[in-house]
Amino acid sequence: MSHWIILPIVLPLLAGLLLLLAPADALKLKRLLSLTSALLLLPLAAGLLMQTTDGSIGVYALGNWTAPFGIVLVLDRLAAMMLLLTAVLALPALWYTARGEDQRGRHFHALFQFQLMGLNGAFLTGDLFNLFVFFEVLLIASYALLLHGGGVERCRAGLHYVLLNLAGSSLFLIAVGVLYGVTGTLNMADLAQRVAAAGSSEAGLLHAAALLLLLVFALKAALLPLYFWLPSAYSAAVAPVAALFAIMTKVGVYAILRVYTLIFGSGAGELANLAGDWLWPAALATLAMGAVGALAARHLRQLVSYLMLVSVGTLLAGVALNSASALSAVLYYQFHTTLVSGGLFLLAGIIRRHRGEAGDRFTAAPAMLQRTPLGVLFFIGAVGAAGLPPLSGFLGKFVLLSSVYPGLQQAWLWSVVLGGSVVAVLALSRAGSRLFWRTAEGTVAAAPVDRGQLAAVALLVVVGPVLMVVFAAPVFDFVDATAGQLLLPSGYIDTVLGGAGVVPAGGAQ
Amino acid sequence: MALLVAIIIGIMVACGVYLLLRARTFPVVMGLIMLSYAVNLFIFAMGRLHAEVPAVAGLAGDTSDPVPQALVLTAIVIGFAMTAFAVTLALRASSELDSDHVDGDGGRQP
Repeated sequence: MSHWIILPIVLPLLAGLLLLLAPADALKLKRLLSLTSALLLLPLAAGLLMQTTDGSIGVYALGNWTAPFGIVLVLDRLAAMMLLLTAVLALPALWYTARGEDQRGRHFHALFQFQLMGLNGAFLTGDLFNLFVFFEVLLIASYALLLHGGGVERCRAGLHYVLLNLAGSSLFLIAVGVLYGVTGTLNMADLAQRVAAAGSSEAGLLHAAALLLLLVFALKAALLPLYFWLPSAYSAAVAPVAALFAIMTKVGVYAILRVYTLIFGSGAGELANLAGDWLWPAALATLAMGAVGALAARHLRQLVSYLMLVSVGTLLAGVALNSASALSAVLYYQFHTTLVSGGLFLLAGIIRRHRGEAGDRFTAAPAMLQRTPLGVLFFIGAVGAAGLPPLSGFLGKFVLLSSVYPGLQQAWLWSVVLGGSVVAVLALSRAGSRLFWRTAEGTVAAAPVDRGQLAAVALLVVVGPVLMVVFAAPVFDFVDATAGQLLLPSGYIDTVLGGAGVVPAGGAQ
Repeated sequence: MALLVAIIIGIMVACGVYLLLRARTFPVVMGLIMLSYAVNLFIFAMGRLHAEVPAVAGLAGDTSDPVPQALVLTAIVIGFAMTAFAVTLALRASSELDSDHVDGDGGRQP
């Protein structure tokens, strides 16, 4: 392995910098540059994924400072999978924007690239403080992207989002400070060893730091008491930004998966598996509240935002179960739900422009000119979002439900997840019939639906889930192996600290 | 010294949290600044408190831990940028929403 590991961070960084230099009116040039970068990320992520299929873990020591002294980037199966998911989501979202939405702000493309850089960096880094830095990179890009287009609603939602995340960053730093103060390291692999070896006098402080971190990640993932920012922020953003934000909650889920399997996982002695007790009730409650919110939603964007909460609840309930089969279901379902909710946000953006005054609100409005393609896409997207067969959401939920042993846990998981699915079906069918069937007199003067934008939606809600069903066997082989790698962190720790596979970054030495 | 630093950090966090909960953009931003100062001091203190000990190895027999100092430097830079952004956003919000309440519907302060 060579310098490939750092490319997913460097490529969007370079593209973003070049985009800042491009003249303000050179929109075509900007689109070309931005799309090229997003397009290149796709084979890059796929190639990195192929490198991890044999179970090897790639370590890239920045500045050739080996762990635990320097910052390392670590490419394991989970990281590679998240990189691929980011690339697969980013390209259609960017393509959709390039068909016209990017004219409302000068620096949209640059910010989009910086956001991608932050996302990729957060997935790759093997250092807790570096994770904080990449969180801030992706957050500051997302603050500006959220405000893209301007307006009162975005300003209000943006203010809440920014202030909450700033407070969250402070908590993150306090947790990092405590962990450093107790263990003297911030490298995740080294932290895992030190936490495992910590005496009982230090356990209290470590426990506090671990729960603080959980709080921060739960804020990012939008878990129950901390999700109130999400529906307003996501429904205020323009469609492609909301679609890209579909992966922002997954950054929180990823961080929880990483930290609470590696550092505070089964090998952590007194502190082993401390997240599960908190995640389990909070995840189920998030799922239930998301379902209630979906029923009460007044427009399509709000509905998709609440369905995203339902999916976050489902994912984190699986994480709380902490078994190999539950984790592989989580990883599979995460891929599916991110693509589908991204696609639905894009679709909501199209529908909004074609219903005149009513927008995407569930009120009677003149019929849309091109109801059929939009209706078909909405139907397929709804099937995917509700987790009905034959699309991949069903497979993910099925494996998750069958991964739990009979007993109280099973009763809770089955009733809440299945109840949530029923409510999602209800809410989506109500939305569909209001948007497509209950029409008022009159016509809407709107430009015909852009085929490129339709293609972007189709890619996310149809092609992605169908491919995941057709190739379910190899995908499940991969996620099973990923879950196995997560639950046996010794391989990760040995590779990072043992120096095996470390690539000198400073040229031949 | 440790007790004094701990008390100072505690007071700053308390003030920061109080201001955060005021729900007007100006006190909220002040609260965030206060909180980030407290956090920076906290990280610095996590490298243990030493007096008159250099952070560079080789200058003296005893050295203090340089890592928290580097971390604080990063945290200060990030916190500064984020605060600047929050101030700009708060100004824009108060002009667009015609209110300095964080929900935008509290009306002007009487």
